[in-house]
Amino acid sequence: MADQGRRRGASGARTKSPLDPPASFKAVRAVFLVLLAAFVLLPVYVMVTSSLKPLKDVAGQFHWIPSGLTVRPYIDIWHTIPLAKYFMNSLIVAGAATACSVVIAVFAAYAVSRYRFRGKRLFTVTVLSTQMFPGILFLLPLFLIFVNIGNSTGIALYGSRGGLILTYLTFSLPFSIWMLIGYFDSVPRDLDEAATVDGCGPLGALFRVVIPAAVPGIVAVTVYAFMTAWGEVLFASVMTNDETRTLAIGLQGYSTQNDVYWNQIMAASLVVSVPVVAGFLLLQRYLVAGLTAGAVK
Amino acid sequence: MKGRVRRTTARVRRTGRVRRAALPYLLLLPALLLELLIHLVPMAMGIAMSFRQLTQFFIRDWSRAPWTGFDNYELAVDINKPVGEALLGSFFTTCLFTLLSVGLCWFLGTAAAVFMQETFRGRGVLRALFLIPYALPGYAAVITWAFMFQRDNGLVNHVLHDQLGIGGAEHTFWLLGDNSFWALLTVSVWKGWPFAFLIVMAALQNIPKDLYEAAALDGAGIWQQIRRITLPSVGAVNQVLILVLFLWTFNDFTTPFVMFGKSAPPAADLISIHIYQSSFVTWNFGTGSAMSVLLLLFLLVVTAGYLIFTTRGRRKADG
Repeated sequence: MADQGRRRGASGARTKSPLDPPASFKAVRAVFLVLLAAFVLLPVYVMVTSSLKPLKDVAGQFHWIPSGLTVRPYIDIWHTIPLAKYFMNSLIVAGAATACSVVIAVFAAYAVSRYRFRGKRLFTVTVLSTQMFPGILFLLPLFLIFVNIGNSTGIALYGSRGGLILTYLTFSLPFSIWMLIGYFDSVPRDLDEAATVDGCGPLGALFRVVIPAAVPGIVAVTVYAFMTAWGEVLFASVMTNDETRTLAIGLQGYSTQNDVYWNQIMAASLVVSVPVVAGFLLLQRYLVAGLTAGAVK
Repeated sequence: MKGRVRRTTARVRRTGRVRRAALPYLLLLPALLLELLIHLVPMAMGIAMSFRQLTQFFIRDWSRAPWTGFDNYELAVDINKPVGEALLGSFFTTCLFTLLSVGLCWFLGTAAAVFMQETFRGRGVLRALFLIPYALPGYAAVITWAFMFQRDNGLVNHVLHDQLGIGGAEHTFWLLGDNSFWALLTVSVWKGWPFAFLIVMAALQNIPKDLYEAAALDGAGIWQQIRRITLPSVGAVNQVLILVLFLWTFNDFTTPFVMFGKSAPPAADLISIHIYQSSFVTWNFGTGSAMSVLLLLFLLVVTAGYLIFTTRGRRKADG
């Protein structure tokens, strides 16, 4: 032990630590990372530059450098299709699905994290396993249920935003519950036990101690649920009509019989991406911690 | 008087205990109701639907569709008839696609995480960059790739044919025919690898620095350190990572749907889009449901088998 300490001390004194990788390693690393970064950035470059090109540029042969720059596509995207309406629909549906799943998941995750009760294992296993099922499995029956309910009661679930929100819960609720259990488990039990001793009821302990302590986790789950709902395609392709269409499906409107407005498609893609990418990069520290905590467990 | 007081306190205590025992269930109630509504009822209904001849005539009232027993299943698995043959083809395509995509995602993610384990200039920027494919809404990214794979005005053909001169002057079709498989795979890897990167990177942070120092002093080179220390210590994480990547890739709908629309070319006809097409384009929900149930059974068997296999392997390794 003492020997090791001396050796380590000696190595620390040298200018080049033994942990410093050799030049060959650095070269391989540099080549690999540069190529990977190029692969990652290629579509981003295409998206940004093409969104600034006039239509005749994107309709003809591809050029790395735009012949002329124009912001016209960013103005036209709002008129070619009712983009603002689709934006609103996406915002409402993704927002409501996120809010519902996070609120409900907070209570469920608190129960699982803090109480022992009969059926707890069954519940967690069910929640976890529904995450692995393909969406198409729930889409077919839900579609028929909605149509049948509409026929027998006149409540229009099929094609409505409410119906779409309900279908989004099929994926956002399970992972919200799952991630929040992890976050609540990491809040020390002593804290809410102390609150109970001080006269808080169980709900008081949840609202005054556990939730405040888990705020970063709850924010992470919220952002993550919103991102997933914002990018959802399968349910939106079946469960929406002209009025309730979301961005995921609405953007197809830039392809008409005569022209495909690639510059506008790229501009619109960029506009719908910037908010979520910005949110993700801002909160990535929390998000990544939550995601990996769940996976590493 | 005394007796009554004692009885009331006992009652109060008992109701308190009952209330405490019921509390977890009360907290779970909304989640339970919703789980029932969005998962269990649809799943039961999906199974019931798979035994009926559910065509567009019965969509308005599915309970009137005639009961046909296992006909839908026979149709789905009869590889001598077009429906079964196409499903089998789609199944094999999906298996090959998933294998390649998961393998590449895992490799790229692990390599990047290993290379970025130590700090160097620009590491933070690179890390943020690498998260972009993960953060971009799936459809926006796939639309961009579809644009890049366009035959006449796409970047891919411009670079391959016009700039590098590979494959002659005639431009390649990437979104039709056999090449569509490779186009789809490229997009899938682009979208999927950052997740592997994130998870492996988190796992690497738990390796104590001393291990490397000791190995370095014993004369182990950097590649040896990676092989002997870094890779073995992500083993347990890989178990979950590969399972999650497998399920996502196998069930992926967004990528083929945004690239090809409602019907994908046979070479890129992944199972989820195949079932979608069988149900919502040809309007045969009975067959679609039978296919969904078969898919579910397959995923359950594979997942259970995988978990049993990997946990047993890990227990053996632990001693």
